[in-house]
Amino acid sequence: MDDELNLGGRKFCSRFILGSGKYSLELVEAAVRHARSEIVTLSVRRANTKSSENIKNYIPEGVTLLPNTSGARDADEAVRIARLAKELIGGETTLIKIEIMRDSKYLLPDNYETVKATHILASEGFIVLPYMYPDLNVARDLVSAGAAAVMPLAAPIGSNRGLVTKDFIRILIDEIDLPVIVDAGIGRPSEACEAMEMGAAAIMANTALATAGDLPMMAEAFRYAIEAGRMAYLAGIGRVLSRGAESSDPLTGFLRG
Amino acid sequence: MKRIFYMENCRMMPHQSDERDDCMTYWPDMERIDSSVADYVLTMMEDYDCERYTAGDVENALAHSTASAKDLGALLSPAAAPFLEAMARKARELTSRHFGNSVALFTPLYIDNHCENSCRYCGFRGGSQIRRRRLLAEEIRQEMEIIAESGIEEILLLTGEVHTEEYLEYIGEACRAASKYFRMTGLEIFPVNTAGYRYLHERGADFVTVFQETYDIPRYGELHPAGHKRVWPYRFYAQERALMAGMRGAGFAALLGLSDFRRDALAVALHVAAVQKKYPAAELSLSCPRLRPVVGGSDIRAKRVEERDLCQILCAWRIFLPFVSITLSSRESAAFRDGMVRIAATKISAGVSTGIGDHAKKYGGGRTFTSCQAGDEQFEINDSRSFGDIYSALAKAGLQPVVNDYIHV
Repeated sequence: MDDELNLGGRKFCSRFILGSGKYSLELVEAAVRHARSEIVTLSVRRANTKSSENIKNYIPEGVTLLPNTSGARDADEAVRIARLAKELIGGETTLIKIEIMRDSKYLLPDNYETVKATHILASEGFIVLPYMYPDLNVARDLVSAGAAAVMPLAAPIGSNRGLVTKDFIRILIDEIDLPVIVDAGIGRPSEACEAMEMGAAAIMANTALATAGDLPMMAEAFRYAIEAGRMAYLAGIGRVLSRGAESSDPLTGFLRG
Repeated sequence: MKRIFYMENCRMMPHQSDERDDCMTYWPDMERIDSSVADYVLTMMEDYDCERYTAGDVENALAHSTASAKDLGALLSPAAAPFLEAMARKARELTSRHFGNSVALFTPLYIDNHCENSCRYCGFRGGSQIRRRRLLAEEIRQEMEIIAESGIEEILLLTGEVHTEEYLEYIGEACRAASKYFRMTGLEIFPVNTAGYRYLHERGADFVTVFQETYDIPRYGELHPAGHKRVWPYRFYAQERALMAGMRGAGFAALLGLSDFRRDALAVALHVAAVQKKYPAAELSLSCPRLRPVVGGSDIRAKRVEERDLCQILCAWRIFLPFVSITLSSRESAAFRDGMVRIAATKISAGVSTGIGDHAKKYGGGRTFTSCQAGDEQFEINDSRSFGDIYSALAKAGLQPVVNDYIHV
């Protein structure tokens, strides 16, 4: 059975999107290999360099770059960074992760500006993956604006605190007919697994790997957790009894006919 | 049409100051903005008694997931000294969470050392017997070329203080030249009005750093007897004016040792926190200069700030402001800088010369200006490693040097 992640027509076998901004560039290749990841994010502000330390040079062949608009404070800036990303990366890729933050302290996404940027960039042909705070109304607006997926945060970025917004992500999974990629805050493979069991389409992680004792090994652990969660979701998770065993004597046994 | 950067009346009647002037009174050419941040910072600083804190307060501060102003006070107090290792561990964890293992690199470029001020601790002060130089446009380009060749992509332009429209245009032209060689241009110049910052932003500058020197106002008045710099509140609100003018970010510092360093360290961190609250999108940074020997330096009753004290301050700042970039200058030794980038510092200078037109001589492979001698240095530097050496040291320590983390939009 083919179980591919479909992002605006681009298909991927891996459901693990790797961040790349918080660890040494030399480790990117090993992280990708152990994660078996097919998508690696790339901060345009970092890639916008003349130096040999350009992160583009460290991304293994065949891996799709997912540029993000980190540094954008409103829709207009995000749109300009996205267009620059297209120039920098070239080729046929038009994937873009929209990140718009008006707060340097918590780095929470600005949902309102994100909808505006999504609308503009989707109409320009980008495959738009917006990073968002999990709000159902906004997610619906993002669908209408032409997003190819939604990327709700699980917890404040960099916090490794896990599925803090679990209930709201579950609502998005239930209601939104686009891939829901859980982004930011996932700290452990077990949390990634849980999100995948819930029906998340993919997981994006960065800090969880960067702060691990052994980055490549943690990348591998995430890979297995994500695969296990996905399989469990596809298999259909059995019911959970809330209190003790269920009586085999049906309560409705008195009904006739 | 000539741009007006200062209020009309200032040019009609140049203000001459001396110590009789109150250092809290604005001059006519100085813009006032509506802000109460200074009241907050000064009140908190006045209330701060570093001897009041106990080991229990420090333990509580270290246990909290986010540090309050009270926690900051505890972490800066003498009671926290025995907890330095625990503070360093917490600081490192927070630095790693917010910045990963990235350390940004930049080079400062001093383009002029003429100055109208008389700061008693500064080698560039007006009247001091130093060689004065103002780089010509061609010399600025030459210096920039040499710095850019080293691999640096972020430049910080520094000047003395001269309040004329022509001088602001001179800085504006330097910004414009910088944008040809570098991805990011920051300024560490004298405070100007919002219109001035807007003009410099249009010329390519996007980050403004202003050192408040000290938040102890009587001491500030004593150390700054003349010049525009004498006016404490105008300087205090410089970062806010820069952000109002569209700059992406702003840097803050107190020159530790001028007054009680614990109170200054508290005040500058609270200043950053208050500005962040008011301008949440701004990218803010903290620097931690200590007094260093200067050419023609005089006895200013400086208070010694030991490396251990500075380490404690940086850890306290990181725990209180985990999202703020912390810059460590070449005033500090290579060993101290190498140690602190593993704990709290996220940005360091490289290939530094604080003299005017010195990069050609120091790093230019023998290229020098033929027009005249280089100007004297503002202070002695303690880490004169080249960009390449610092880059290698960081990589060897498992850190990721970052030459650009900026995009001009």
